[in-house]
Amino acid sequence: MAVLNEEQEMLRDMAREWATNESPVTEFRKMRDSHPDERYLADAWSAMAGMGWAGIIVPEAYGGSDFGWMSVGLVVEELGKTLAASPLIATTLAASAIVLGGSDEQKAKWLPALASGEKVGTLAIDEGAHHAPGKIATTVSGGKLSGTKAFVHEAHGADLFVVAAADGLYVVEKGDGVALSRRELTDQRSHAQVTFDGAAAERLADGGDSLLDDVLDRARILTSCEMLGMAQQVFDVSLDYLKQRVQFNQVLATFQALQHRMADLFADLATMRSAVEAGLEALDSGFGVARAAAIAKATANDVLHRMSREGIQLHGGIGMTDEYDVGFYLKRARVLEASWGSSSQMRDRFASLSGY
Amino acid sequence: MATLAEPQDATTDDAFREEVRAFIAANFADELKGNNNALASVEGPTNETPAQKAWREAVGERGWGTPTWPREYGGGGLTRKQAKILNEELAKANAWNPIGGMGVMMFGPTLLEYGSEEQKHEHIPPICRGEIRWCQGYSEPNAGSDLANLQTFAEDKGDHYVVNGQKTWTSGGQWADKCFCLVRTDRSDKHNGISFLLIDMTSPGVEVRPIRMISGLSPFCETFFTDVKVPKKNLVGAEGQGWTIGKRLLQHERTNISGGGSMARMMGPTVSDIARKYGELDADGKLADPVLRDRIADYEIRWNTFLLTARRAAEESKASGGVSEISSVLKKLGTKLGQERAELTIEIMGLQGLGWEGEGFTEAELAGVRGWLFGKAFTIYGGSTEIQNNIIAKRVLGMLDHQ
Repeated sequence: MAVLNEEQEMLRDMAREWATNESPVTEFRKMRDSHPDERYLADAWSAMAGMGWAGIIVPEAYGGSDFGWMSVGLVVEELGKTLAASPLIATTLAASAIVLGGSDEQKAKWLPALASGEKVGTLAIDEGAHHAPGKIATTVSGGKLSGTKAFVHEAHGADLFVVAAADGLYVVEKGDGVALSRRELTDQRSHAQVTFDGAAAERLADGGDSLLDDVLDRARILTSCEMLGMAQQVFDVSLDYLKQRVQFNQVLATFQALQHRMADLFADLATMRSAVEAGLEALDSGFGVARAAAIAKATANDVLHRMSREGIQLHGGIGMTDEYDVGFYLKRARVLEASWGSSSQMRDRFASLSGY
Repeated sequence: MATLAEPQDATTDDAFREEVRAFIAANFADELKGNNNALASVEGPTNETPAQKAWREAVGERGWGTPTWPREYGGGGLTRKQAKILNEELAKANAWNPIGGMGVMMFGPTLLEYGSEEQKHEHIPPICRGEIRWCQGYSEPNAGSDLANLQTFAEDKGDHYVVNGQKTWTSGGQWADKCFCLVRTDRSDKHNGISFLLIDMTSPGVEVRPIRMISGLSPFCETFFTDVKVPKKNLVGAEGQGWTIGKRLLQHERTNISGGGSMARMMGPTVSDIARKYGELDADGKLADPVLRDRIADYEIRWNTFLLTARRAAEESKASGGVSEISSVLKKLGTKLGQERAELTIEIMGLQGLGWEGEGFTEAELAGVRGWLFGKAFTIYGGSTEIQNNIIAKRVLGMLDHQ
């Protein structure tokens, strides 16, 4: 755990307490079974917004708290542990795009509503099943945006879409010219194909040429925070399980073959935490963000992948049942791995950034 | 040597930085630049040139080779911030810290914690000046990973002990002056029967035989003790406390092995640097083999996460005080990555990376081959990877012993 300041410790403790008491995995289960249209529980999202979490990276002048990326990362990690379903990441990322690239008018127009949680935002970037920010066909003509975005996270609750077009990022509000088609994925959260057909769009023109990359790096790092919480939780419940389960008249935790696997996973988890926290530190310092994001996402992908597989295997048959939570983490893990860059894409980016 | 103000006189960090610069300018000869013998820790002491000797003495006199150790025992008495400035300035000047070895990395910190005043005053100053080489008398033929099984016996003779037994894998034993040693003082208790004893390697009855390794080097020795007399004043801590003290020392050892001490120095350039030099590049300057490029990036990302983890552990241990419990994780990861790096390097270089001796190979290439082979020891010594896994599982994760 990074060395935190007092404010950050309080925020983390508050998030941990809330997630544990008010949003345990049973709440995710409840959402799944009742499947509300937006695929999160509205009360839970209101509670998060009420605690100010949607505005953590938004400047105070626009209604946020400006506590920084490390702070929002700590909250997201805690929520990841209990699979708390919310549009917090999506809204934070949409807000970050406007913080980075919006004009003063655009910031004043959208940020306060995003920071308060009154409006939900999300990113609409990729146009196929794979992350491919270099292949954007969406175009804008006369302030009207047209194109189709595949697999948009949190689309059903979203009021505001930050959309990648061939010549930059645009903000589109839901309404005329915006059509959603549900794409139910294994994590049973909100994903949709969003078709924009001459939708009114405002360009975020103040972020420079690297705006899309900058926003994607934030998406990679913040998503890695959720993955870190998930990996930590799978590790913890698997360890608890090994300490309880008796086979051959022995508690499983006494078997060296299992002890050494847990030691490997513990070491992997340590590197994952370092990579993710370094990503958040890079965002807060503004130094070396692109490399840090590639390292964070590649590591988060690989470690959570291994952890979620081992989580099932270590639980044995019980891990295969819907009644046990561990399978939920596997299903969410693969969705997040495929979002904003696979491990091989992140390695390609790292190599290019490193000059080879 | 040049006479400059004592470090305590430096009232601000900037003034201290100036002082360090002046010191380096006055004492670090131009001919030494880039002339640090990186393999010295495995090859043993080379004959010091006069310039190297002068540099070691100047640094040793200031205590700057052990910058944060207390001034009263010959250390630098610097704050962590000042030590960081010192390191930065050394790096900028392409200079290095000439004071090293097991005395600095493992034995000194342990003695500062557990030794008597008399022992600290006797043993720490020569370490700070780089005058005395220490070796480690831990492993025995039947007490490697099962270290507490050691049988070398120290018999109480009133004012002294008489030591009999055999140690093995004594790194640098053939050129060490003294040995910090785990010996048995009570045969009836496996852990509480162990004591921490300091033995002069020139004592009658000490015999050292180097062991030739697969790398062609002989950095390890067998050490035999036959009726060796050791004065009682050389017992560190209480009789029977050796296991506790010895384990503490191993934490320092693990941190050092993994933390990029000797290993990082032996590594030299990065894997991607080597690939750019030896591998084929395409028109864009990218490595032409996409599979190899992916594997190198994978390696370098994992190496980065390791360095970040080492940094995080240091920051957390500074905030909480004490040696981080994550030292076993660092030892396990760092040593594996060190070996992976060597294997990847050889693969990139092809047969040019496998030279044993003679013509057609650069010195760096030959050193790389020896380093690759020697590096196989990283995951065995200092507590094998399997032992680190046991430590993590049992002490950190609370997984139980087999009933």
